[in-house]
Amino acid sequence: MAMLFPDPFDALLSFQQVLDTYRTSNWLGASPSASGTYPPLNVFRKGDDLVVIAEVPGIRKEDLQVQVKGNTIRIAGTKAVQYGDNTAVHRRERLAGNFDRAISVPVEIDADKVQAECRDGMLALFLPRAERDKPKSIPVG
Amino acid sequence: MARSQALEVQEKKEQVSKEEKTVPARYFIPNTDIFETEDALTVVMEVPGVTKQAIDVSVENEVLRVEARIDPAKYEMFEPVYTEYNIGHFARSFTLSNKIDQQEISAQLGDGVLTLTLKKGKAAMPRQIAVN
Repeated sequence: MAMLFPDPFDALLSFQQVLDTYRTSNWLGASPSASGTYPPLNVFRKGDDLVVIAEVPGIRKEDLQVQVKGNTIRIAGTKAVQYGDNTAVHRRERLAGNFDRAISVPVEIDADKVQAECRDGMLALFLPRAERDKPKSIPVG
Repeated sequence: MARSQALEVQEKKEQVSKEEKTVPARYFIPNTDIFETEDALTVVMEVPGVTKQAIDVSVENEVLRVEARIDPAKYEMFEPVYTEYNIGHFARSFTLSNKIDQQEISAQLGDGVLTLTLKKGKAAMPRQIAVN
């Protein structure tokens, strides 16, 4: 039914199907050094490199800490939700608190070339693959 | 309000509506805080990944409707490998009371958080009555 008309969001819909399939996968195990589930991450592949995108709305760059060691990446920080005094609350759905999450990726990454960018409440980590771990193309004779 | 230290993940709630839009896309409900001060009502919504140009705020017939769209083109070259959250547009509407001055609404976007300030109309401001 949805296939009948041209869908400009094709890439996004296929992504969402992948999400539903991988939801229960065990791809990124929790590292023993830190646990936690916040912030939620999506890991993408661009060629050989990995890109990790996390949703961190309301968290400023100063409150965010990103560390890389070997194949483990740690994202830690604090989310503050504050409103002035003299306010009457009608609805409160946003959560605040500390977070500390470590994930390990199954490929070797070049820790020196990792870049992090935080914009519009999205944290993007570019993880370039280590040279020695890149797959070698084998010509078929 | 005391909360436990570790922040929990809030799963995105998808909007389910009886009517379909002409362009198929998924809409999610952004987490919203609504506060009231003496002179204004503040609506704070979490819309990560949305830029200023992609936000539509409108008030019609006392209904405030906010629509925030993400840009799927950013994800074109990326192949998902492991996912924990959904990506999609955000939309939410609220019925306003007649206390709000519908011409005076200001909006600010920072770090993926949209703050709407709806000023209360003059008639609704608390009035001090002098006692003789």
